[in-house]
Amino acid sequence: MILPRKSFRLSRRRLLKGLAVGGVWGASSARAQEASQGDPAVLEPQPWSTSLGPGVEDGSYGLPAPQEAHVVRRTVPWLTADPAASVSFTPLHELDGIVTPNGLCFERHHSGIAEVEPEDHRLMLHGMVERPLIFTMRDLLRFPRESHVYFLECAANTGMEWRGAQLDGVQFTHGMLHCVEYVGVPLRRLLMEAGLREGASWLLVEGADGAGMSRSLPLIKALEDCLVAFKMNGEALRPEQGYPLRLVVPGWEGNLWIKWLRRIEVGDAPWGQREETSRYTELLPSGEARRQTFEMEVKSVVTNPSPQAPLRHGTGPLVVSGLAWSGAGRVTRVDVSLDGGRNWRPARFSGPDLPFALRRFYLDVDWDGSEWLIQSRAMDEAGRIQPTRQQLQAARGVNSIYHNNAIQTWRLAPDGALENVDVE
Amino acid sequence: MWSRAFSSEAGRDSRRENATRQRAGGFALALWLAAGGAWAEEAPLGLGRAATEAEIAAWDIDVRPDGQGLPEGRGTAEEGGLLYDGLCAACHGDFGEGAGRWAALAGGRGTLTHRDPLKTIGSYWPHLSTVFDYTRRAMPFHAPRSLTDDEAYAITAYILYLNDLVEEESFELSRENFTDFALPNAEGFIEDDRWSEPQYAPGLEPCMSDCLPGAAKIIGRARAVGVTPDGGGGFE
Repeated sequence: MILPRKSFRLSRRRLLKGLAVGGVWGASSARAQEASQGDPAVLEPQPWSTSLGPGVEDGSYGLPAPQEAHVVRRTVPWLTADPAASVSFTPLHELDGIVTPNGLCFERHHSGIAEVEPEDHRLMLHGMVERPLIFTMRDLLRFPRESHVYFLECAANTGMEWRGAQLDGVQFTHGMLHCVEYVGVPLRRLLMEAGLREGASWLLVEGADGAGMSRSLPLIKALEDCLVAFKMNGEALRPEQGYPLRLVVPGWEGNLWIKWLRRIEVGDAPWGQREETSRYTELLPSGEARRQTFEMEVKSVVTNPSPQAPLRHGTGPLVVSGLAWSGAGRVTRVDVSLDGGRNWRPARFSGPDLPFALRRFYLDVDWDGSEWLIQSRAMDEAGRIQPTRQQLQAARGVNSIYHNNAIQTWRLAPDGALENVDVE
Repeated sequence: MWSRAFSSEAGRDSRRENATRQRAGGFALALWLAAGGAWAEEAPLGLGRAATEAEIAAWDIDVRPDGQGLPEGRGTAEEGGLLYDGLCAACHGDFGEGAGRWAALAGGRGTLTHRDPLKTIGSYWPHLSTVFDYTRRAMPFHAPRSLTDDEAYAITAYILYLNDLVEEESFELSRENFTDFALPNAEGFIEDDRWSEPQYAPGLEPCMSDCLPGAAKIIGRARAVGVTPDGGGGFE
C-alpha cells in the first residue's frame, strides 16, 4: 500500500466514525439530522480540501482507495484439498459495468501459479503439421493482433448449488466468472504458419504449470475464434491468469482456456485427458455422463441487491442490477421477477452489447418494504431461455457438478437483508 | 503449407471427400468449408523456427486412449505398490480410498446412479491411458514430472490392482500390453446433447405473467446450510 500515513489515518478515522452509525455514506445524513444548521460534511472544512494530497510520485502502480479494501477475491476453504489446486471468487456484488478489474478476476489453478520467465517461455506447435514450430514471445508479438472482450466462466460456476441454495453470496454462487478485454494472435494464424496436414481435426493444448494442464480442443473452434492472448484490460496478463500467454476460447468452459500456454499438438482424435474424463464430464441420473460439453449456457444473475450487498437505504427507489451472458454469443433479453417467477418485466440494458461478453442489465423499481423474491432470466440469440433449478434437476439430476445455469433467487427481507433461497 | 494445401478447386473437392471419409466428428469437413473463406488470404509470415525432434520429445508427454504416445517401459503392480506407499498413500489412502478431500482412486463400482456417487478410476474413468498420462504429467502433486516412465507404468499397474482389475501383484504393465485393458466405465460417456433437453426446446416463448400457480414458497435457504465463509463477507 503506497499512501502517505497522514492521508491513511484520516481516512481510517472517518471510516470508523461512519461505521459507528451504520454505514460510511450513511454518516453524513445521520449527522445532518442532528445538526440544525446543516450537514457537518458541508459545514466543516474537510482535511482533503484544506491540505495537500499525495503527489504523483507516491504510487507508481495505483491501487483502489483504502475504503474499498473489502472488495477482494475470496475463497471457500472447505471446497478443495489444497490452495494450489483451488479457486477464488470474483466479488461480483461490488462491481458494475461488464469489465472485471485484473486484480479481482477469479483464479483457478491446478498446481498453483506458474511463475514463468517470459524470455524463457516457448510455444511449441507440432503433430499433424507440415512444419513443427517453436515461437518465442517476441515472435508472437509480430503476428497481426486482435482485441475482444470475452467472459470466462468456470464450468463449475454455481456447481455447489445443484442440490439447492448453499452459499450465501453472489461472489460464491456466481463468482467463478470474469470478463476482460484480451489482445492476442488468432490461433488460426499460428496454425497456418505450421501448415495443417490432412485429417487434422483436434488439438491438444497444454500449459507450462506443474499440472501440465491439458485439454483436447476441436480444430474448428481453434480456426474460428480462439486467441493466443498476452494482454488483458490493456496490460500484460496477470501471473494468476497465465502470464505471459493464455488460450482464449470464447463462450466455452473456462477449463479450456489453458494458462501459461506452451504446447499445441495437432491430431485426429481427442486425447481423453484427465480434465475431459475424470473432470469436466457431467454425470446424469442414468449413470452415463456427458463429455465434451464445451459451450457455456445462457445465464444471468442479479448482483445487486444480493446477500453480500443488502439494502441500507430503506424503501423507495431501488436499482436492481445484474449480469447476463451466453456461450451462444449475444444475450438478447433479460427479464426480472420480484415475486419468485410468477410475473416478469423486461430489464433495461446499458453498456456494450458484445458476443461472448457479459452484458449489464438494470431494473429501476420502487421498493415498498415488503418481502421480494428477486430473480433474473436471460435469453440469447440462439433462442434459448435460462431454465429454473427444477427444470435442470429434472433433466440432469443433481450430480452433474458443472454447467449449472439455473435462475437464481434472492429473498429481500423487510429489514433490507438478502439471502440465497430456493423457491417453488 | 496451408496456402498450398487449399489452393485449387480440384484439391478442394478431393479433400472434402477425404474429410468426409475420415468421420472426424464433422470437424474436418467444417474446417475444409471454412478454409474456403477469408483465411486463404492470410499468408504465412515465416515467423518462429523449426522445432527439433529432441525438443518435441522433451515436451510431447501425452498419451491417447489408443496408446499413441506411450513410451517404452514396464512395471509390475508390486513395484507400483512400493512407490505408491511412499509417494501417493498420504493423500490417496493406503488402498486408494482417498484422505480428507484428496481424490479416491479406487472403489465406488456401481455407485454412479446413487445419490452420492463415488467416481474413481475403477468406477468412472473411461481410459487407462488417462491414468498413465496424468500420473506421469502431474503427480505426485508436490513433485510433478518426477516419475520415470517405468515408475509410471508400475503405479498404473498398482492402481489396476487396487481396483481389482488385475489379481496378481506380479502383473506387469508395459507398452506392449497396455491397450489390452479396458476400464469398467469405458462405455459410460455420451456426447453433448444438452440442447435437446425440454427447457431448450426450439420456439419456446418466455412466460411474463401468472407463470406459476399461487404465491412462491421458499423450500431451501443457504443460511440453514451454514457453510458460507464468515457468513458471506464483511457486510454485517
